[in-house]
Amino acid sequence: MSDDTVNIEVDGKPVEAKKGEMVIQATDRIGAYIPRFCYHDKLSIAANCRMCLVEVEKAPKPLPACATPVGEGMKIFTRSPKAISAQKATMEFLLINHPLDCPICDQGGECELQDLAMGYGRDVSRYNDGKRVVKDKDIGPLVSTDMTRCIHCTRCVRFGEEVSGMPQLGTTDRGENMKIGTYIEQSVDHELSANIIDLCPVGALNNKPYRYSARAWEMTQRATVSPHDCVGSNLYAHVLRGTVKRIVPRDNESINETWISDRDRFSYEAIYSDQRLTMPRVKESGSWRELDWEEALNQAADVLRDAGADSGFLVSPSATAEEGHLVARIADHLGTNNLDHRVTRRDFSDQDNDPLFPWLGCEIEDIEKQDAVFVIGSNIRREAPILAHRIRKAALAGAQVSLASSSEHEYFFDVANSLSGSGLVEMLAGVAVAAGAGGDAIAKLVSGVSASETQRSIAASLKSADDALILIGNIANRHGAYSAVRALAAAIADASGAKLGNTSEGSNSAGLSLAGVLPHRAREGAARAETGRNAAEMLNDGLDAIVLVNVEPDADLKSTSDAVAKLAKQAFVIALTPFVSEALEEAADLLLPIGTFAETSGTYVNVAGTWQSFGGVATPVGEARPGWKVLRVLGNLIQEADFDYVTSEDVRDELVAALGDVEPDNAYSGSGSIARPNGADAPAEEIDTALYSVDGMVRRARALQLTAEARRAADGDDQ
Amino acid sequence: MNQIVSYLKTFSLWELLKGLRVTNRNFFKKSVTLEYPDEKTPQSHRFRGLHALRRYPNGEERCIACKLCEAVCPALAITIESDVGDDGTRRTSRYDIDLFKCIYCGFCEEACPVDAIVETRIHEYHMEAPGENIMTKDKLLAVGDKYDAMISADKAADAPYR
Repeated sequence: MSDDTVNIEVDGKPVEAKKGEMVIQATDRIGAYIPRFCYHDKLSIAANCRMCLVEVEKAPKPLPACATPVGEGMKIFTRSPKAISAQKATMEFLLINHPLDCPICDQGGECELQDLAMGYGRDVSRYNDGKRVVKDKDIGPLVSTDMTRCIHCTRCVRFGEEVSGMPQLGTTDRGENMKIGTYIEQSVDHELSANIIDLCPVGALNNKPYRYSARAWEMTQRATVSPHDCVGSNLYAHVLRGTVKRIVPRDNESINETWISDRDRFSYEAIYSDQRLTMPRVKESGSWRELDWEEALNQAADVLRDAGADSGFLVSPSATAEEGHLVARIADHLGTNNLDHRVTRRDFSDQDNDPLFPWLGCEIEDIEKQDAVFVIGSNIRREAPILAHRIRKAALAGAQVSLASSSEHEYFFDVANSLSGSGLVEMLAGVAVAAGAGGDAIAKLVSGVSASETQRSIAASLKSADDALILIGNIANRHGAYSAVRALAAAIADASGAKLGNTSEGSNSAGLSLAGVLPHRAREGAARAETGRNAAEMLNDGLDAIVLVNVEPDADLKSTSDAVAKLAKQAFVIALTPFVSEALEEAADLLLPIGTFAETSGTYVNVAGTWQSFGGVATPVGEARPGWKVLRVLGNLIQEADFDYVTSEDVRDELVAALGDVEPDNAYSGSGSIARPNGADAPAEEIDTALYSVDGMVRRARALQLTAEARRAADGDDQ
Repeated sequence: MNQIVSYLKTFSLWELLKGLRVTNRNFFKKSVTLEYPDEKTPQSHRFRGLHALRRYPNGEERCIACKLCEAVCPALAITIESDVGDDGTRRTSRYDIDLFKCIYCGFCEEACPVDAIVETRIHEYHMEAPGENIMTKDKLLAVGDKYDAMISADKAADAPYR
């Protein structure tokens, strides 16, 4: 026996438990199930449901397993008559006030109370008095409430206090009058708030858009991956007759633990939005005509063949790696280097020094182990809620979290140092000076700069930390002087011994970079003989055909305000898109309907460099087809050789084989001196991330657009 | 001796009578044949025939779209789609029973927590065109409305045994 274990006995079986852990943790590990409602792995211990009462030898009364620490020689009986009768008695009390509306309750069939009532409930109630009725609260468009069903486990309250950090739910009164609520009338609108739906063991808090539309037992659970941020949260789609009914988290400790952002949970509504494109369409003398796939693809192939090297490809950073690989191959065949997935980027000047396999700098789960984190140019709560949660965990564990961004954002932990305002480059230059960073690349940027108190403090926190991480966010990625920001961040990392990471745009920037959807670099990382046009230059005149892959010119091409007008002037624009909008109708000449992430199979490479493949979960809407299939047929029609992929796995395997062993690496090797940017930074609202407008799906998810956050963003208020 | 017996049997048509034994026995019994459709056999109040959806006396649909009947149906004959109703309650937006698939086991009726879906005593129905075998929600409610008195009486007759 080592010092940190104790020997206990569970139901007569000897078990080795960790010192200080609770009985329920030890029994869970060996698979001896103890019923519980309020206990949750990821939350603190409340011990207020009393369902986990077990018999412990020499204890006069049953003890709650979730709040009883293990002790040497403890003998625990989870199924003894005394334990069972205590649990049954608890269940009887819980059922006194719980309504018998399981047939209309959305939790019915997956309800912890229902399940346990089968084992511990009496078939006939002995209670004849009035039942408690609690008025429902309106806590926003995402979570529905039926507060009469609440059993006061307080998991939702503890989630707000401990995980999201935004304690909007709480309890008032006590005893039978205890109520869960928001104190004052308001919506619950943290970006992770809807996780309380999964936490609620009964049907008190439920999924509002999903309300009454299906039953737990009739849906098929299919695994997929989130397309809305660089984290690649693992999801399950619950599908009924080919239709996605809801999205729930899939546990993955190294990525999203057991949480997902509200964006991931509710974006599925867009799959069935009115704006879905259901048939290929072509613009003929100003009006749109629907046509069948064969005609549409032949027309697209003709246009591309004629355009040849004068064609361009703009690919969404959330396109799958397979789509990226096929685009790159088609571009190769056409002899063009005009292809890019960096649709929001403004500064391409130092692109040759971009990493081949950009990443976070460390594993996602290691963020919380950092002693210092410096987040540069990021609205991280909006960009990647799961990363923000990990950073919050690090901060709560004592890490010094410093921020430098275009505007102040709200965080629910103590921020050690915060720099904000225009002039991201000057801010970083000061930190670089304080950290003693040097090198040719940043020589011009730091000359004559002196560090302020805050900048010195940031540098000191990074230098003194054992584990430090510098994260470049999307505000920086979209910044007009990105190359200067990146060079400074790399120099600070170099001087302070911190790791350098980048939270990339979309869900698959890394995958598309590896697939060679870049104007200056081909698949294996080899430089292209001639650098093609980048995302911004492609909009300029001179191309005969442009292919948009899941890119909306008005909302996704953020670097230029007049992308629609510029594209409308181009000779021929082919848009592969799940949705149709006025801007697309104005800009494009041929619309090809492709599936959303739920209707296609593919692979995302997340910010930690993990390749995550997923299958299609839903039946494509209308005539929409998976993007990779459309591209494959297009490749066949322009007579590219060896283009006969049968499955998306074939495409992926070819890409993986071509790549060999590429390790994620953010090392900056630029040495050319970067000039100090002249002119002011782009205004914050142009480069900042609005939580609910990151991509076409989120923009069309009805419930998300009704949230307070989305309405604030639409009104132009500061977030 | 055998010759004499055989001789007698031949002239008394013994073999013929033996062959007609069953016929003759029934020939003199009381007739049980009913002149259907003018006459009908008595039915149990538990007879399981055509389905119906019931309403409460105030006209509100009973069905709450819990989908238990759909889940229990061994022939997968029931298809339900549910949504939030006009009054904010849980309601079906589609309730189809395929009479070709249905095996009239009555499990749907047993599973229903609100006595909404029932099997009536009606067994005299037919289909003339493809698709008529699908009993939609409207058709089921119409059956329920038309035979409400009979269904209520049958339910009342069966109540003591439940």
